[in-house]
Amino acid sequence: MKADKYRFTVPDAMRLGLISGAGAVLVSLVGMVKVFNERGIIAGVVSLGQIMILLILLIAGYIAARRATGGSRWAGLLQGGLAGLAAGACLAALVLLGSVINLRAMFVSASPELYKILTFDQGVVTGAGILLVVSAAVGVAGALLRQLPSRPRRTVIVASVWMLTLGLLQELLRLTLGGDAIRVFRWMFGTGGQKGLSIVGAVLVFAVVAVVHYQWTARNVNPRAWTRSLPPDRQRAVRWGSLALVALILFSLPNILGVYLSEVANAIGLFVLLGLGLNIVVGFAGLLDLGYVAFFAIGAYVMGVATTTAVGTGSGLIVYSPGFNFWQALPLAVLASVLAGVILGIPVLKMRGDYLAIVTLGFGEIIRILAISDFLKPYIGGSQGIVGVGVGQIGSFAFDEPQSLYYLVLAGCLLAAFVSTRLKDSRIGRAWMAMREDEDVAQAIGIDLVKTKLLAFATGAAFSGLSGAIFASKLGSIYPHSFSLLISINALSLIIVGGMGSIPGVIIGALALAGLPELLREFAEFRLLVYGAALMAMMLLRPEGLWPEETRRRELHDAAEGGESEPASEAAVGTN
Amino acid sequence: MAILEVENVHTYYGNIHALKGISLTVNEGENVTLIGANGAGKSTLLKTISGLLHPKQGMIRLAGEDLAAYQAHEIVGKGVVQAPEGRRVFGRLTVSENLEMGAYTRVDRSGIADGIEHVFTLFPRLKERHNQVAGTLSGGEQQMLAIGRALMARPRVLLLDEPSMGLAPILVQSIFETIVQLHAAGTTILLVEQNARMALQIADRGYVLQTGQIILSDTAGNLRQNEMVQKAYLGMA
Repeated sequence: MKADKYRFTVPDAMRLGLISGAGAVLVSLVGMVKVFNERGIIAGVVSLGQIMILLILLIAGYIAARRATGGSRWAGLLQGGLAGLAAGACLAALVLLGSVINLRAMFVSASPELYKILTFDQGVVTGAGILLVVSAAVGVAGALLRQLPSRPRRTVIVASVWMLTLGLLQELLRLTLGGDAIRVFRWMFGTGGQKGLSIVGAVLVFAVVAVVHYQWTARNVNPRAWTRSLPPDRQRAVRWGSLALVALILFSLPNILGVYLSEVANAIGLFVLLGLGLNIVVGFAGLLDLGYVAFFAIGAYVMGVATTTAVGTGSGLIVYSPGFNFWQALPLAVLASVLAGVILGIPVLKMRGDYLAIVTLGFGEIIRILAISDFLKPYIGGSQGIVGVGVGQIGSFAFDEPQSLYYLVLAGCLLAAFVSTRLKDSRIGRAWMAMREDEDVAQAIGIDLVKTKLLAFATGAAFSGLSGAIFASKLGSIYPHSFSLLISINALSLIIVGGMGSIPGVIIGALALAGLPELLREFAEFRLLVYGAALMAMMLLRPEGLWPEETRRRELHDAAEGGESEPASEAAVGTN
Repeated sequence: MAILEVENVHTYYGNIHALKGISLTVNEGENVTLIGANGAGKSTLLKTISGLLHPKQGMIRLAGEDLAAYQAHEIVGKGVVQAPEGRRVFGRLTVSENLEMGAYTRVDRSGIADGIEHVFTLFPRLKERHNQVAGTLSGGEQQMLAIGRALMARPRVLLLDEPSMGLAPILVQSIFETIVQLHAAGTTILLVEQNARMALQIADRGYVLQTGQIILSDTAGNLRQNEMVQKAYLGMA
C-alpha cells in the first residue's frame, strides 16, 4: 500500500522470495505436492502439484513487481525474477539436502518421488539447475503479469482460472457429459488414462475464455444497472424470468449431475442448512455458538430413534422405538432441537463473547459424549449407533437415493433460505441486529433481550435439527463419530468465508468449503491445513466474506471512502 | 404534576450499598439536573430508573404507576427512555437506520416517519448525513444521534446520561443548546451531568448527589448561588 514511501530493494526481493520459498518447501514436505501430482491439469505437461509450486513462485514475482512500482519496467522484472530465483533456491536446497541426508526420518513425504517432481526427473544437479532457471522465469512471468494493464491482466487471470478448473474437474466433466457427448469432446481431454485436458483442449479453453472475457469487459455491462434501466413491467419480467430459470436449473440438477454429483450436492445442501441456521445465531444475533453440532446430532438422533427398525435387545439394537415414519419423525426432530436450543439458551442469557463460545463448546461436547456413552446405550445405541433409519416417502416416490433425496434437501434449503430472508428484515431481525451491535443499547431502545436471544437459539437449532434429521435418513444409520466438533467449525468457517449475516454468502461458503473438498478428494488429508490457510487469506484480503451482507460491506469500504470525518474507532473509544 | 417520582430508593451492587434512600421528582415539562462527582451514584440511579438495576427498597413511579413490575424493555415502552452514557450509536448502521431502531417500541409507520423529520429539524446536521454510517460521524454528531434515537421512542421522560462527556468545549455548548431547545419544545428531561456549571445554567431544578445520597435540592438558580455547590462543583473559591 505504501509502496511510494520506500524503494523496494534487492534484499527486499530476496526476502520475499525466501518467504515464498519457505511456503513452497512447506507444501512439498507436508506431502501436498506429491499427492496432487497425481492429478493432471494438462495431460502429460503439468500436474496440480507442479501448479501449486509454480503458483507460489508466480505470486512471489507478482508481489515483488507490485512493490517495485516507481522504478522502471526492467527493475520490476528484475525484482520479480530475483524473488522467483530466491524461492527456487529454497526448493533446490531442499533437493540437494535430501540427496545427501535422509530427510525421511523426520519428513515422511520427503521421498524420491518428491525430488523427481521438483527436479523434472532430470537428476539432482541438472534438475536443481533447471529448477532455478524455471523459478526465475516464473518470477519474471509474475512480474510481467503485474505490469500488464488491468483489463488484459484480468483476462489472463480469468482464463487461467478457467483452464485450471476445467483441468481439475475433467473427470467429473467426463462423467457428467456421459457417453455420446464425450465422444464429441474427446480431443479436449488427455488420452490413454492420462488425466487432465489435452494441450489442444487447454489452449482452446484459454483462448475462448480470454476472448469472451475481453470482449465482455470492453462492453462494460453491469447486469443490475441494465435491469434498472428497463421500464417497471419489463423489470418484473426479467426478475421472474431469471427466477424461473434458476428454479428450472435447480429442479433438473440431479438429472444433469448424475448420481455422484447429486450426492455431493446433497452434502453441500445439508451444510447450507446448517450454515443458514448458524448464520442466524452468529451472523444475525452475534452469539458465537461453537457447539452448534449438538442440535444437528439431536435432530439426527430423534430421527434415528423414532424411525429405526432395528429394535430389540441384541447387539447393535436399541430397546425402544415408537416406529414412526419419516414424516412423523421430522417435526419431532425439529421440535426436539428447538427445545434443546432453548435449554442451552437459558443458562447463557447473560454471557457474551468468549464466555458464550466456551459454554456452547462444552454443550456440543456434552451431547457427543452422551451419544457415545454406555449409560444411554440401550436407548440410542452408544458407539455402535443406530441402523435402519427410516426413509421419507411421498406416494411411491421415495427419498432413498441421492438423486431423489436431492429434492428433500433442496426443499429444506429453500424453506430455510426463505425463512431467513423474511426474518432478517422483520422486527425480530432488527432486534437481533441491534443486539449484535450493542446489547445494552438494544435494551435501552426497548428490546426484550431474553426473548430475542432465545428466539435466535431456537431458530438456529431448528434448521440444524432439520439438517441432522435428513442426514440420518440419508445415511440410513447414525454413529456418534459423525457429530464431532469439526462440524461446528465447518459451519462457522463457511459463514465466515461466505460473509457473516449474508444468506447468499452461506450458499457460496458451503459450495467452497463443503463442495470443493468433496470434488477434490486429494484435499481430504489436508483439509484443516487448507481451511486454516483459506481463513487467514480471507481475513487479510477480504474480511467481509465472499458475498457480504450490505452493512458489513459498507463498514469495511465506505469508511475508507468517506474520509472527511474522523474514523469510527476514534469517535467510539475514549469516552469511558 | 409529577411525572416521575423516585421514593426512598436503595440499590445495591452485591454488597455495596450504592444508593442510600434517594427521593426525587420530575414534573411534566421540567428540566431537572442531577449533579455529582464521579462515583456519587448518578449512573446507578439512572440504571435503576430505567429498570436495568432493581432497587432493594423504595419505589419508582411514572405518572403514578409503580414501575417495579416492569422489565427494562417494557419501561422504554412506557416512556422512560435513556440516551446512554458514551453515546453508543450503532456504528455500522446509517443515521436514518439508527433513528428507525430507536422507534423499535413503536408500530405506527407514519408516526415514525414524522418522528424522523422532527429529529432532523432539531439536528439539521443529521439530515445532511442521513445516509452516512454512524460510526464515521464526529463525536458531537454521534451525541446528537444518540439523543435523536432516544427521542424516536417518544419519551415521556428523557434521561440524558452525561451528554457532554468527551466532547470538545464548542460541541458541549451546542449539545446544551439542543437540550434547551428540546425542553422548550415540551420534553421532560432528567439530565445527569458532571459539568455542573452548564447543567445548572439550563435546568429548572437540580439535585446534588454525594456518595449515594441527595444532599441538596433546590432551583437551579439557588444552587448556583449555594456556597457549597460553588466550592465543590463550580470550582469557585
